[in-house]
Amino acid sequence: MWDWIKIAILGLIALFAALAANWARDLAYQVHALIVMAVAAGMFIWTIRTAGEPKPAETGYSDGVIRAGVIATTFWGIAGFLVGVFIAFQLAFPVLNFEWAEGYANFGRLRPLHTSAVIFAFGGNALLCTSFYVVQRTSAARLWGGNTAWFVFWGYQLFIVLAATGYLLGATQSKEYAEPEWYVDLWLTVVWLAYLAVFLGTIIKRKEPHIYVANWFYLAFIVTVAMLHVVNNLSIPVSIFGAKSVQVFAGVQDAMTQWWYGHNAVGFFLTAGFLGMMYYFVPKQAGRPVYSYKLSIIHFWALIFLYIWAGPHHLHYTALPDWASTLGMVFSVILWMPSWGGMINGLMTLQGAWDKIRTDPIIRMFVISLGFYGMSTFEGPMMSIRAVNSLSHYTDWTIGHVHSGALGWNGMITFACLYFLTPRLWNRERLYSLSAVNWHFWLATIGIVLYAASMWVTGIMEGLMWREVDANGFLVNSFADTVAAKFPMYVLRGLGGVLYLTGALIMAWNLWMTVRGQKAVQPSATGAATPAE
Amino acid sequence: MSDHDKETDKTSEQGYGTTGHSWDGIEEWNNPLPRWWVWTFYLTIIWGLGYTIAYPAWPLVQGATAGLLGYSTRAQVAEEIAAVETRNAEMVTRLSVADLRTLAEEEPDLHDFAVNAGASVFRANCSQCHGSGAAGATGFPNLIDDAWLWGGRIDEIAYTVTHGIRNEDAPGARWSQMPAFGADGILTEEEIDQVVNHVLDISGQEHDAELAEAGAELFAANCASCHGDAGQGSLAQTRQYQEEDGQYAPDDELTGAPNLTDAIWLYGGDAEAIRQSVYNSRFGVMPAWSEEVRPGFGLTPAEINAVAAYVHQLGGGE
Repeated sequence: MWDWIKIAILGLIALFAALAANWARDLAYQVHALIVMAVAAGMFIWTIRTAGEPKPAETGYSDGVIRAGVIATTFWGIAGFLVGVFIAFQLAFPVLNFEWAEGYANFGRLRPLHTSAVIFAFGGNALLCTSFYVVQRTSAARLWGGNTAWFVFWGYQLFIVLAATGYLLGATQSKEYAEPEWYVDLWLTVVWLAYLAVFLGTIIKRKEPHIYVANWFYLAFIVTVAMLHVVNNLSIPVSIFGAKSVQVFAGVQDAMTQWWYGHNAVGFFLTAGFLGMMYYFVPKQAGRPVYSYKLSIIHFWALIFLYIWAGPHHLHYTALPDWASTLGMVFSVILWMPSWGGMINGLMTLQGAWDKIRTDPIIRMFVISLGFYGMSTFEGPMMSIRAVNSLSHYTDWTIGHVHSGALGWNGMITFACLYFLTPRLWNRERLYSLSAVNWHFWLATIGIVLYAASMWVTGIMEGLMWREVDANGFLVNSFADTVAAKFPMYVLRGLGGVLYLTGALIMAWNLWMTVRGQKAVQPSATGAATPAE
Repeated sequence: MSDHDKETDKTSEQGYGTTGHSWDGIEEWNNPLPRWWVWTFYLTIIWGLGYTIAYPAWPLVQGATAGLLGYSTRAQVAEEIAAVETRNAEMVTRLSVADLRTLAEEEPDLHDFAVNAGASVFRANCSQCHGSGAAGATGFPNLIDDAWLWGGRIDEIAYTVTHGIRNEDAPGARWSQMPAFGADGILTEEEIDQVVNHVLDISGQEHDAELAEAGAELFAANCASCHGDAGQGSLAQTRQYQEEDGQYAPDDELTGAPNLTDAIWLYGGDAEAIRQSVYNSRFGVMPAWSEEVRPGFGLTPAEINAVAAYVHQLGGGE
């Protein structure tokens, strides 16, 4: 019966998408309608062909969607890093903004493609698949909602494809990290609520008496991102058949909403969610208890209470009133210790197992990711101080700060989790090559150091050049002078990106060889949904 | 599950046991919060409270607390700007009424000031087209060399900056328009070929002698009135008249027709670029920078004098 309802719904979606494509008022909308039509029609046919077939029994943990998530994370990671390397060289060598690709592959179009690909496609898929893995293991329960998890996975991939193609075709609402237009936002809202349902449903039917700390962080991430996403994307479409929409907020209120969203995308997507990963995979890989339960409680509540206030530090010295800017700065500085609580709990978990840093390259990746996490969560509060910000704002220092967090913390911990998950999910005895993990570790680390150091140098340099005045108070440098002065650092940054990308390619190869390799003789115990206690 | 004592034999390096829970084999130590962490956290909170009392911070029903220090970012910026303006006030007043022609000799201190001020005006407003080194680009004149279209004397430069070039919004803008000899059907394709070869000839480039000879006649009839009989440009002629009169005004130059005999070309000097210029003509524009034309955004008289002094001393000033 359910199959026939699904067939009817899919058929209707395909039909409406075809109509929308016909009446589309712009190219991006038309392409998107055609994509939706193709997806719905494909699923329509597939559902008809498989209708009435007996479904396999649902036993143990549902790991298929996690395996798909591991593949998607790797794929989008490499795609996002590749675009990042390319636009880094576009900045150094503007000739790479090819005349023939103007309007599609110039820096302005590719930059949001890069940021969304690494944050939402790579980071988002990492969060999806690890949260599904962690919540099942720590709840000793199969994912709630049957195939809803698959809907979340594929729905999220569709969101990524719609967002990415939209950027290339110029559909953007010009909000950083929230560029997709209204219908893509609506779709993500549907997918996200399904994600919340699956996650929460699994926690509710857990067989463990308590909810593990990793799941607090994952849940905070899912709930808060839902709220941020909805509020920041409130807009009215110009036409139901067009991509363009108009924001509900205007002027400084719009800016404040945007950075309330933007900073908490960092706080809840890239920090809270990834701390969820840390709280499961670090003690698991180290084989040691978490350092302090008390610290995990205090820093969790402090972190989620304080983060939500920090957005205004993106708008120092703007039309934003001084009082809002002060609060943003003060809360950012107070946020320093709550952020570090996660680093302490992660690093100190290795107490009694420090030797593993030498012997286990995966542990080494976790440790360096926590190191970069600690560094950027110190740098962030520092940069939020008004006096520091007056130098650092609008310079490459910000770019360096973001990347030491993104490449160092989010990237490294995700790589370590992928190395952890792949042999277990595909039931392989071990990774294909530990020395390849070692190569990945060093390439990525040197890449991050080149990236962050060159951006610190060029950021502080251009900040100083912009404010340089002579004895009479006249500007000394033109903007073009500062651009020219940055060139060598831009090349160095690009090379750092190449190293980082190379490391990720080695990882993809290593994971691929692991999956292709021999199955473990002993069937792994991961399939059984039984409480640990 | 405090009664769960399976793990009581385990203690952390700090000497505490676990909480007794286990999730998928993961346990948690009952370690206390690190003291330095707690104290640093407290200190940041205390500092934060103090800071929000000292600075504008807490929103009220109307407005927000102003803070004990009376600080405001806008007031701070205004103060810094005012300090510089007060310091430079005397120089700026002198500069806005200075006689530009005698500035360098009569008032060297003011000239120095003007060059520095002008450099900053140039970087902010002119470098986008003329380049940060003022060397120009195709379509945007080089300001370092001694080739000038509308005059390179200091007051002529100031006039150009004030009124702009081919600018409909600005009264007094420098204005001329070369006919589009091809597009408007004044000359045939063949005649244009001949004129182009003549221009190649007088600029010392490779050319077809036969075509150039025919072009000479066409040049005299169609081009010489602005570019001069020998193609030396309109400014050279204007300078001649001025010398005869014994006086000059900064708006004497009326056509801005370039010298065609040198190797300096605004739009390119090869046969194709010259053909384009003759066929379609060119219409290079420059904004008028005076406050009168750009209220709120334009340059003050002192700033215009300053940027004129800066450009004049770059190397090509007449």
